[in-house]
Amino acid sequence: MTQSVFIQNPSPLAVQSPSPGGEHVHSLPRNSGRALEMDWVDDIRINLSAAERRVASLPGRRTVKKDAQAAWLLKAVTCIDLTTLNGDDTAERVKRLCAKAKAPVRGDVMEKLGFAGRALHTGAVCVYHRFVGAAVEALDGSGIPVAAVSTGFPAGLVPHELKLKEIEASVRDGAQEIDIVITREHVLTGDWRALYAEVQDFRAVCDNAHLKTILATGDLKTLRNVAKASMVCMMAGADFIKTSTGKEGVNATLPVTLAMLRMIRLYQERTGYKIGFKPAGGISTAKDVLTYQFLMKEELGRDWLEPDLFRIGASSLLADIERQLEHHVTGHYSAFNRHPVG
Amino acid sequence: MSVASYFETMEYGPAPEADGEARAWLARHDATFGHFIAGKFTAPHAGKHLTTSEPATGKTLARIAQGDATDVEAAVSAARTAQAAWAKLGGHGRARHLYALARMLQRHARLFAVLEAIDNGKPIRETRDLDVPLAARHFLYHAGWAQLQDREFADQVPIGVIGQIIPWNFPLLMLAWKIAPALAAGNTVVLKPAEFTSLTALLFAELSAEAGLPPGVLNVVTGDGATGALLVESPGVDKIAFTGSTEVGRLIRQKTAGTGKSLTLELGGKSPFIVFDDADIDGAVEGVVDAIWFNQGQVCCAGSRLLLQEGIAETFRRRLIRRMETLRVGMPLDKAIDMGAVVAPVQLERIKSLVETGVKEGAEKYQASGALLSEGCFYPPTLLWNVHPSSTVATEEIFGPVLVAMTFRTPDEAVMLANNTRYGLAASVWSETIGLALDIAPKLLAGVVWVNATNLFDASVGFGGYRESGFGREGGREGMYEYLKPKAWSGRKARAKASPLPTASGASAGFDVPPIDRTAKLFVGGKQVRPDGNYSRAVLSPKGRRLGEAGEGNRKDIRNAVAAARSAEGWARATAHNRAQILYYLAENLSARGDEFARRIADMTGVSAAKARAEVDASIGRLFSYGAWADKFEGTIHAPPLRGVALAMHEPIGVVGVVCTDEAPLLGFISLVAPLVAMGNRVVAVPSERHPLAATDFYQVLETSDVPGGVVNIVTGDRDELVKVLAEHDDVDALWAFGSQDASTAAERYSIGNLKRTLVDHGLALDWYDKAASEGPILLRHAVQVKNIWIPYGD
Repeated sequence: MTQSVFIQNPSPLAVQSPSPGGEHVHSLPRNSGRALEMDWVDDIRINLSAAERRVASLPGRRTVKKDAQAAWLLKAVTCIDLTTLNGDDTAERVKRLCAKAKAPVRGDVMEKLGFAGRALHTGAVCVYHRFVGAAVEALDGSGIPVAAVSTGFPAGLVPHELKLKEIEASVRDGAQEIDIVITREHVLTGDWRALYAEVQDFRAVCDNAHLKTILATGDLKTLRNVAKASMVCMMAGADFIKTSTGKEGVNATLPVTLAMLRMIRLYQERTGYKIGFKPAGGISTAKDVLTYQFLMKEELGRDWLEPDLFRIGASSLLADIERQLEHHVTGHYSAFNRHPVG
Repeated sequence: MSVASYFETMEYGPAPEADGEARAWLARHDATFGHFIAGKFTAPHAGKHLTTSEPATGKTLARIAQGDATDVEAAVSAARTAQAAWAKLGGHGRARHLYALARMLQRHARLFAVLEAIDNGKPIRETRDLDVPLAARHFLYHAGWAQLQDREFADQVPIGVIGQIIPWNFPLLMLAWKIAPALAAGNTVVLKPAEFTSLTALLFAELSAEAGLPPGVLNVVTGDGATGALLVESPGVDKIAFTGSTEVGRLIRQKTAGTGKSLTLELGGKSPFIVFDDADIDGAVEGVVDAIWFNQGQVCCAGSRLLLQEGIAETFRRRLIRRMETLRVGMPLDKAIDMGAVVAPVQLERIKSLVETGVKEGAEKYQASGALLSEGCFYPPTLLWNVHPSSTVATEEIFGPVLVAMTFRTPDEAVMLANNTRYGLAASVWSETIGLALDIAPKLLAGVVWVNATNLFDASVGFGGYRESGFGREGGREGMYEYLKPKAWSGRKARAKASPLPTASGASAGFDVPPIDRTAKLFVGGKQVRPDGNYSRAVLSPKGRRLGEAGEGNRKDIRNAVAAARSAEGWARATAHNRAQILYYLAENLSARGDEFARRIADMTGVSAAKARAEVDASIGRLFSYGAWADKFEGTIHAPPLRGVALAMHEPIGVVGVVCTDEAPLLGFISLVAPLVAMGNRVVAVPSERHPLAATDFYQVLETSDVPGGVVNIVTGDRDELVKVLAEHDDVDALWAFGSQDASTAAERYSIGNLKRTLVDHGLALDWYDKAASEGPILLRHAVQVKNIWIPYGD
């Protein structure tokens, strides 16, 4: 394999329904990384209060209603990394999740939305290494990539060599995306060279699988740390930067998202590469996800609303979106039990 | 558009807020309104109406009454009738009413928000999330002051009937800012809303009556500028509070001069938005959006002058232009827009023509490329780059969504450029270095400074300007004082007419050895200088005995004294401890020469030796008091609803002219000069015209007490001539004129050039020996202006 998974598996809808206004075929050049530039880290300034004001006012400035809202929510579905990361996971549980990933929204609802016959699926299925094989098998032919959390997820404190071996094993089993966790100590002690070296190593063993770097922003505490870690990870070759494991005390938040998106924009300005973003943990309602989408579109642009640049790590979000979509087509409020579980 | 097509384009689509309730309210009134007087709608006396229209569509919205003199007088008289009972109701009673008004606003929040958006053109997001909640907060906060009034303002009484004139940019919010403190303090109100945007005021009045506000407490008279002028001139009005253009503010100052009406003016601005090279640039770009593209830039405190440190200017420009592209301009009721419509065609034309001028004068223009709605008053977000301080758009308030940008090299230059304006309302400073940000904030001549933020408001934090941005504060404790007057001043009596000057008697004492001649000069810049005209006037005892000569100061002497005072700016930065020490030292040195001063007073005024001695002792005591206050009349720390603080700092006003009374020639002089000097002001004093020698003798006390040159300057001469020169001098920041009605009137009338703050006695004599009336905070409050520095924090 020499090309990225994204080139092999472009967004299915973009292929199937070209739009008159120009279709979104995502054959993005992959971030090659670059030498660590300490100025790019030291220059970073981010003011928490200002960031908070921006994200606080955004939901008042942007909203979508009716058909537009249904479309945005459906788009969100295509960006979900449907996830199970629990100690009691089994192969069967993972297969059930894969089935949901292939048919995330009930057929009759899809039909009423004008999407009859269109194969729409989630962005990926995200599991521990142990279940990569089961998921790959279950998703065979669907075009849905399997993402494996790796490198001693969630704390990331296993020996570095084992982390590399874990990545290699997942890639071998067919994972097309690797969600690694960084060593938070490197950030908390300001050892940016160590962080850079670590992520660069991860990237090297990922081969063609895409590298998503989880910053565990809840552990990093300050937006400054988050922004600097984002920049270092991108320089080291990350394809995505991701907020959280879902296991920290605080997971994805809007201010943290804003800080990371600004770094993505800056990195693109400087290198031309478009880096993806994945918030994870805590996004559980349709209303929440819309705000994230607004932020993506406003801060980065239209391209970042598609699954090759935007993923949402979530387990219960899909159920709420399904209810909202049913409400949109029927006019009455829906219930969870009316939608098949994953 | 279908779900599928939105899925491709990911456009936002329309998201209109329903306007049914607001339209129904208009329909209930047949879209025609009278004035709201004494608790009910009243048809205009002359039967004349104006039409008010929707800025976003140009369609007629309603007809509002055009108030004439009869209408204004009816409203003023209703307010007058209600005032005594309203004051008598007591703090708790009024607190209940203000609380009810806050609740009423919350209860009808959406109706107010929609009506405001339709009538003004501003986005529903702003009316819903800012205007209405802030208005409700203002009533709630002031319900609190009413409740605490007996305790916290025990030495104050309400002023009476207040005439209030508010602008069209924040119709409901300005109504709240005006009437909440006025009503809380026990005054009654006649409010004249702006002709473009009177509807929410009428709705508010109607719902206030439903909420139980007694008739006459709040009256609303609508109409154009002529109606406003009638209110200003109404003899039944005790105070005018105005928010609007500097031009109209000047007219109001002129018209009220000498009438005894007190005045609050909240006027225009050209507020700087300063970004240092260590700022969070993306955060600051977002700040610009809130600064100048909030309410279509129709904000008196809009950050409209962008000052960028050279090293980041290009990066900032690029990021700002990118950000401009994502701004959405659209219908006010669309919930997915950033900017709505400009209030009226006349404003749109003004904006267009000023931008054209800017471009002609060399600015590069950037505008967001999104298409504008074809009907209605829309103007795109605009950046004028490469603007120089001397261009029209850098100095004129545009009052639209137009930002002008220029660069600076050093912090000093940033401060210099920021202060290079006639205005002084607000400023915004962006830097991630705490030392830099907190060093710059106090140096900016503006009533409000936001650090790493902009356009933050709260009822607990006073708002108001320096210089030509007006005077007085709204919000906070200082805002309450604008609607109260000291009890101790209410018993003042009109000054008795001065007895005619005595005739000079023959001076010769025959062939005795004469005393050595002492001809007092003027005291300017720490030196005794001969008057420019080189004339002097005889100073006589009541019996006509020649006591000495005093210099006849003229306009050039005032000019020199003001220049000396201006250059003694270091005094404002001297530590409070240092200022206190010098005031004590003055007292010490005056005390050492107490007998001599007592003799001089007795000679000049004819009072008994004991009385003269008492005046000297009182003067020494007064200097001690202000030595004491110098390091104790401090600001406060506000806790507005954010993670951070707002520091309300007491800052000196600057160069202050002081015109003194003939009564108590030494004590009166000390009583006015000492509080100003204690707070860091520099003074140009005109001592008692008739008895100037106590002040001229004081030169030597000043010289021996380490008072830096230029802090106190003394120009003797003709009071009426000198007060006018001081009032007209644009580098004098404030003027205290005591001693006669004529001096008071002149001080107010001729001070409109730079809209200096005035404190006058309207010819009412103050008892300088009564400490309650003439010493302490009662005067210190006038010797400072409050600057509120907002400091949000967090990392």
